[in-house]
Amino acid sequence: MSDTTSVHLGTTEAQFGDYLALLKPRVMALVVFTAFVGLLAAPVAVHPFVGMVSVLFIAVGGGASGALNMWWDADIDRVMKRTRNRPIPAGLVAPEEAKALGFALSGFSVVMLGLAANWFAAGFLAFTIFFYVAIYTMWLKRSTPQNIVIGGAAGAFPPMIGWAVATGGVSVEGLLMFALIFMWTPPHFWALALFMGDDYDNADVPMLTVTHGRRATRVYILVYTVILALIAIGAGFSAIGGVIYLVTALLLNIWFVIGAVKIWRRSEADSAADQFLVERKFFKLSLFYLFALFVAILIEAGLDRFGIEGLL
Amino acid sequence: MSFRPDHELHKRRFGRNMGVGLVLVAFVAIVFGLTVVKVTNGDFGRAAAEVQG
Repeated sequence: MSDTTSVHLGTTEAQFGDYLALLKPRVMALVVFTAFVGLLAAPVAVHPFVGMVSVLFIAVGGGASGALNMWWDADIDRVMKRTRNRPIPAGLVAPEEAKALGFALSGFSVVMLGLAANWFAAGFLAFTIFFYVAIYTMWLKRSTPQNIVIGGAAGAFPPMIGWAVATGGVSVEGLLMFALIFMWTPPHFWALALFMGDDYDNADVPMLTVTHGRRATRVYILVYTVILALIAIGAGFSAIGGVIYLVTALLLNIWFVIGAVKIWRRSEADSAADQFLVERKFFKLSLFYLFALFVAILIEAGLDRFGIEGLL
Repeated sequence: MSFRPDHELHKRRFGRNMGVGLVLVAFVAIVFGLTVVKVTNGDFGRAAAEVQG
């Protein structure tokens, strides 16, 4: 940012952390973790250093798409309470800077992943960035209530990219990990939409709560959670599963479905009375759910690698 | 001969410049590490053999 821009915006100088915030560090953490699990769950060993930097470049690619998302969505981020403190609406970073950073890091991460791992994984990362920015952010987000459902695919690709780093291709196991995150995303974001009040409404984003109403959203959360539970437990019988995964998936999904049933049974008056306590708890549980499920996959992969699986 | 005092801009952007500097150092370390791994694993030799057919 030039001096003149800084003066023009009438704000304080953007610091390094503000540029880092453009990369959505919390989303990056999820990308790092799931890509890491995909990499380790693959049956091909990767040199630890190559594996580590590959995951890093996948995360940078994820961060780049986050910056491009903030550039494109700066107008609605200004309106929504949840996003108005992001660097662009806060006036710390100019939209053009976010755009430049996003495009530069996109190219950088794809080329570096290609050089570090393989060009299939790099192409997959490029497609993921394209999907999140062009398909989700620019097209679906403002045009259909299915935005979160289809757009969720972008967040579900990282374990497949991790798998591709090791194997150079895709597989059923990678697709199962994709399916877990893909089906998990809608209930996670719809729960958020329920307790964010009229944020999406004000921003003209056609979230399910806006287009189909809050009652329908509660029904959809339950339906998607049940389908997710079936996939998650079913995956226990595939190559990524095992006894530990199966027990974990069973307990987590019972817990998660109970949460979805509670949301489904509630009226708006109930939710307003306790300030969406159940919806907030479900949202937090969803974060733990995904983390625990992927930790179980990681443990199974570790046991498999050290030949302990047969003992359980 | 004395050094010129820092411009106000340098002070204001110290954190930012330091961050960019550290990122660049980390990048150099990553490229160096990757080169060492690829050379010791013989990846470049295999690639050259593939090119030669």
